[in-house]
Amino acid sequence: MYPQVLFANRKASRIATMEEYCRSGGYEALSLVVGKWTGKDVCAEVQRANLRGRGGAGFPAAIKWLGVPEEADYPRYVVANCDEMEPGTFKDRVLVHADPHMILEGMALTGYATGAEKGFIFVRPSYESSARILEREIQKARDAGYLGKNILGTDFSFEIVVHRSGGRYICGEATALLNALQGKRPNPVKPPPYPTVKGLWGRPTVVNNIETMANVPHILRNGAEWYQGLSRSSTSPGTKLFCVSGRVNGPGCFELPMGITLREIIEEHAGGLQPGCHYKACLPGGASTRYLTSEHLDVPMDFESVAAIGHRMGTAAIIVFDQNTCLVGATLNLTQFFARESCGWCTPCREGLPYLRDLLWRIEKGEGEEEFIPMMRAMCDQLWNAYCALAPGAASPVESLLTYFEDEVREHIRQKRCPFKT
Amino acid sequence: MAYADLLPEEMRKQLIQRIAEGETAREQAIDVMTALQNHFGHMSDQAMLVASELLAMTPLELEELATFYNFIYRQPVGKYVIHVCDSAVCWMHGHESLMDHLLSRLKIRLGETTEDGLFTVLPVCCLGYCDHAPAMLVNRHIHGELTREKIDRILTRLAEEPHLPTGMK
Repeated sequence: MYPQVLFANRKASRIATMEEYCRSGGYEALSLVVGKWTGKDVCAEVQRANLRGRGGAGFPAAIKWLGVPEEADYPRYVVANCDEMEPGTFKDRVLVHADPHMILEGMALTGYATGAEKGFIFVRPSYESSARILEREIQKARDAGYLGKNILGTDFSFEIVVHRSGGRYICGEATALLNALQGKRPNPVKPPPYPTVKGLWGRPTVVNNIETMANVPHILRNGAEWYQGLSRSSTSPGTKLFCVSGRVNGPGCFELPMGITLREIIEEHAGGLQPGCHYKACLPGGASTRYLTSEHLDVPMDFESVAAIGHRMGTAAIIVFDQNTCLVGATLNLTQFFARESCGWCTPCREGLPYLRDLLWRIEKGEGEEEFIPMMRAMCDQLWNAYCALAPGAASPVESLLTYFEDEVREHIRQKRCPFKT
Repeated sequence: MAYADLLPEEMRKQLIQRIAEGETAREQAIDVMTALQNHFGHMSDQAMLVASELLAMTPLELEELATFYNFIYRQPVGKYVIHVCDSAVCWMHGHESLMDHLLSRLKIRLGETTEDGLFTVLPVCCLGYCDHAPAMLVNRHIHGELTREKIDRILTRLAEEPHLPTGMK
């Protein structure tokens, strides 16, 4: 068992109460910092800890916060992204159901660091239970003086509102999310200006994943060195919430050190492959990452190590595929997902994804041609011309299918049928 | 307020107050449409006009949202809307055969509503319950580790207990 930070109060049967959170050191960071440190001090400590975004991109949180210009107008806003619609990812739901006040404290501290007095938590429709938990606990924190006007008797005020989404994958993209929150059609907007300069209603807005924000109180309370010590990696500090699903015995969400190997996560923490199943591949960070094969099992799971082999860690949601699962079928499913969830705003994504889906569908149905392989490769390259990260993300499973499992694709074409179907 | 007068007094007041609490009226568009579709059954043309009046948005601006989101129903739906996850992890856990079972039991095709007006079945992307795959949502209530038998039990219970609160669509 590794040190549990975000899941310190996680229980099998219920949500941690505010009192339990406080007993474990909760809201101590808020009393330590508010009215005593400057916002800049908070940014500096989080920068020293090198906290990196947990929503998929891994962007350093403090660098994002420092993107809010010092002389910028007020009001400013903070948005906690709890939209989490990346297939395979469910850590945000588990975190809200484990210890909701950690998220609230992290948001308040993010607000303090960036001069914001209002925060929104953006929640997807299938997490209605999370939305209700958050609303209830926000009221408790307000009653206890941790949120609302003049927090802990200081000049700092911070309100949090839960905003329910209507449900579309693209809303997880920061600029699309901000449009959605303002009641506009959630098309992504290509920066600049970045949301930290011009976000909600043209005001500086910091958008972070809720897991990112949940790390902030711990960093401020225990210091950057402690935080770095939690990790096995020298470049990606802290722990990470890994979601494991697919053909494993014990699917679930596990808090483990950054830099732990894929093998250890799958074999020890997720209980290994199901009886009769052997590891074939996994997607390490949701649908928009590239397949990792058995030769990658000993890669340390941290941002740099995964990037060094030409892959992305994404949301660290590991979907495990076994030898009997057809990866053409799986990739068809993933591409269908992206084609359906594309907002349709820019051409490469709107036109390119159905094109890829149709080629994969024909291959899977036994109507594939040899020339489809270079056609798919060329289209994957084109997808990088899209406005936002959805289309390049969608290209990842297709492109890596062709890199690592070209034989399997060719076998479909040669046999004129899916070799996995009897 | 001509169209908003179609709402019960209490509900109209609540919505107007909620809208006033936001930074802008428009920010509340999804919440207002969700409340209205619970009241009217779906976002009918009439419900759209009520929403547009309450939110001070043009019907076209609202249409851009209503037709975009998975959980706003611009077409009539049943009392229970079943969203079956068809993304990668549920697919691996036999989503296709479960969907076939669900549809043949209800005697409808995907996207349709049963004749008695009780159930509508829609596909949906990953619901975020991959650790409980395969999963589906019935009026935003999650059911995981689905089997044919479990689906039968859920449908029977919902069909036999008409007085149960249906929750939020």
